[in-house]
Amino acid sequence: MDAAPDSLFPRLETLLPRVAKPIQYVGGELNATVKDWDAVSVHWALMYPDAYEVGLPNQGVMILYEVLNERPDALAERTYAVWPDLAALMRQHGIGQFTVDAHRPVAAFDLLGVSFATELGYTNLLEALDLAGIPLHAADRTLDHPVVVAGGHAAFNPEPIATFVDVAVLGDGEQAVLEMTDVVAAWKGEGRPGGRLGLLERLAGVDGVYVPSFYDVAYRPDGTLAHVTPNRPGVPARVSKRTVMDLDAWPYPKQPLVPLAESVHERMSVEIFRGCTRGCRFCQAGMITRPVRERSITGVGEMVQRGLTATGFEEVGLLSLSSADHSEIGEIAKGLADRYQGTNTSLSLPSTRVDAFNVTLAKELSRNGRRSGLTFAPEGGSERLRAVINKMVSKEDLIRTVSTAYAAGWRQVKLYFMCGLPTETDEDVLEIAELAKEVIRAGRAAAGHRDIRCTVSIGGFVPKPHTPFQWAGQATADIIDARLRLLRAAINSDRSLGRAIGMRYHDGKPGIIEGLLSRGDRRVGAVIERVWRTGGRFDGWSEHFSYDRWLAACTDVLPAYGVDLDWYTTRERAESEVLAWDHLDAGLDREWLWEDWQDALSEIEVDDCRWTPCYDCGVCPDLGTATQIGPTGRTMLPLSPVAAAR
Amino acid sequence: MSAPATPRRQSRQREPDGPPPPPVVQRLRLRYAKRGRLRFTSHRDFARAFERALRRAEVPMGYSAGFSPHPKISYLGAAPTGVASEAEYLEIGLAEHRDPEAVRAALDACLPAGLDIEEAVPAMTGGFAERIEASHWRIELAGLDPEAVAGAVAAFLAADAVAVQRMTKNGNRTIDARAAVVTLLAGGTTVDLVVRLTTPAVRPDDVLAGLRDVAGLEPSLPPQVTRLAQGRLLVDGSLSDPLADDRG
Repeated sequence: MDAAPDSLFPRLETLLPRVAKPIQYVGGELNATVKDWDAVSVHWALMYPDAYEVGLPNQGVMILYEVLNERPDALAERTYAVWPDLAALMRQHGIGQFTVDAHRPVAAFDLLGVSFATELGYTNLLEALDLAGIPLHAADRTLDHPVVVAGGHAAFNPEPIATFVDVAVLGDGEQAVLEMTDVVAAWKGEGRPGGRLGLLERLAGVDGVYVPSFYDVAYRPDGTLAHVTPNRPGVPARVSKRTVMDLDAWPYPKQPLVPLAESVHERMSVEIFRGCTRGCRFCQAGMITRPVRERSITGVGEMVQRGLTATGFEEVGLLSLSSADHSEIGEIAKGLADRYQGTNTSLSLPSTRVDAFNVTLAKELSRNGRRSGLTFAPEGGSERLRAVINKMVSKEDLIRTVSTAYAAGWRQVKLYFMCGLPTETDEDVLEIAELAKEVIRAGRAAAGHRDIRCTVSIGGFVPKPHTPFQWAGQATADIIDARLRLLRAAINSDRSLGRAIGMRYHDGKPGIIEGLLSRGDRRVGAVIERVWRTGGRFDGWSEHFSYDRWLAACTDVLPAYGVDLDWYTTRERAESEVLAWDHLDAGLDREWLWEDWQDALSEIEVDDCRWTPCYDCGVCPDLGTATQIGPTGRTMLPLSPVAAAR
Repeated sequence: MSAPATPRRQSRQREPDGPPPPPVVQRLRLRYAKRGRLRFTSHRDFARAFERALRRAEVPMGYSAGFSPHPKISYLGAAPTGVASEAEYLEIGLAEHRDPEAVRAALDACLPAGLDIEEAVPAMTGGFAERIEASHWRIELAGLDPEAVAGAVAAFLAADAVAVQRMTKNGNRTIDARAAVVTLLAGGTTVDLVVRLTTPAVRPDDVLAGLRDVAGLEPSLPPQVTRLAQGRLLVDGSLSDPLADDRG
């Protein structure tokens, strides 16, 4: 079974002249790795279930790819969602889902790891499994098929895809994939004792690994869950997430991949810290990645230097959930700007809070290259709503911040808000218009001219598991659409100011489907399968997403269970209700989450535990972790610049 | 009655802080190849990869002024996506003098195998772009009967004009694939094609469409096309080397 599979490329090559952007299927990226199949015992295929241009820059996949390929006994190759034009030709010519590294068939690998940053990739998982010739249902797979592993943020509630995956991994993947590789290598070495089931039982013993088929779900007559219980001995009642401590010991990716094709992030990224304790109540990422673990200033400096040498990128993004919160961000910004003086290397902070200090930072970072745009995220339109979501930003903060930006020469500032937040009224949303107008007024005064703009970008709020809003009723698409219409009218009501304000938004319907998939249970799997069978693919792309297709699938499938789309989305949950992901542990104490939900409704804010006492969210004691922040007091020494004229 | 002239608004010309970029002191002309699976790189893909290679190879590039400084690179017409080439050309402007062969080797090492920098010569002359008058393409038509290929080529050459359809962003457009063709020579299932550079450019695809239209030549496998040379059209029908004048 383990003989090296033939490359599919010669057959694929004849199809490539007939498809759009063929370069995305040929591989050959700078820093890609192709290893000898026969020289290793464990073969991983890693998938990002979206188009190559979106998936290639994904940091999670890049990190795991490198960590696995560094092992002498394992190899990892990458695969991405195939666009419908090529998928049709592949079916016609009998060519299976392939990796881009050595164009090996995905079905030949031992494991297929799929990283879900968003739930809208679920139909692409089914498409890839089908193209690969892997049975859609985990229960139908044999020793001849890969173990299908889900990871990423969406894996914190993998119940909607429980039928299709063999395993889900919670939390940071670096150590988990290495331990899983050990398990697979040992099992293969011993002659695969117990077959596929034997392997899954061993994998279930790895911390952070959840095997859905080892748990039974019981329902009550009203459609809610009664309980989720292990159906065999030796399986934990709750599976806890993995947390990598000491980021300096994990300086990945060391050799970032550089594609020939254009991708959505034409820059190199360095993760400067992981986790966030700002406590924004809508933010799943901030809740499930606690505690905060900083990479040191010297660690950041080394990664930037090594990465630029390895890639030739001219922009470096300093990644995290709130990059300006790094305890030594000022020193990092200055140190990097000094190092790369005169090299046309720009640095950017992709996510910035509303804080005038961030403008100073942005100015420092753009000293050597192109000046990137400034985006601030007040998230809620009114002071009241910002208290509900725990986004502690005052109107004065915002005006001061944008005034600083306009005075410093920025002509365009982007503001990000959400619509459909819990307790939100029309008035809360209309305050976005007032805020934007005030921004323009203050900005014109600060800049000394009228040539400034502000773009208001609005996303629909989707309640997510493992957040205080996991119990909230989601706003209907109609409510969101109506509020956005009101907002547009309010912005346009003043011609002089309104002309300087742009508004970007999407209609509310995709958010409802994201809501279904986010807080769904195992019954939703049948909806996903129906949608895929009726042609659903690339649901994150507006030109491919079809709300009607999802609605039809819900109408076909869900009544048999006594539930419907609204039941999953717009219904508020009671404290006592068993949630589909209660047996999966992100470290957060359920009682604390409920109290925080009640505090939200009472508009009570909570401070960041990095600079105020612990408020007992539960993560650190539960998982044996602790916040790791500086300042380290170390300094970034100047180097001979990487690409300076010599 | 004409509308009153609106006074032109004085636009505040903003300039970036800091000194202007250093001047270009040396120009290098490069020939590069696009081979194998990397023939599927588009010109934009190549341009991005090449700019990164310049940075990794630490080539002291000259940059344009302004808020978005760009390295000084000019490309001569690039082969279409999916078409291999042995003869693509570009010119770079350097802010410091460098040994051309060292630059070539460093760039080649920083590009993936299949995007290969073949030659570098210092620019000694002007009029580089004018030295490209025609292009020599080799087309492999595997799986076809050689006699059918020869017959189609003869029929194509016998025609005064061969109108073919080309899909463009603005819908279908009809062009003449015949007039620009200088040479069309069949040898087995290989066709050698020399086309004069015209506007709109006639590409191998257009000639293949012409062979289909005039003689029903329909390849069962996608034709493999390689550009072998570009240059000035010489009397014997061959092409001059566009770098020859700079080699001195």
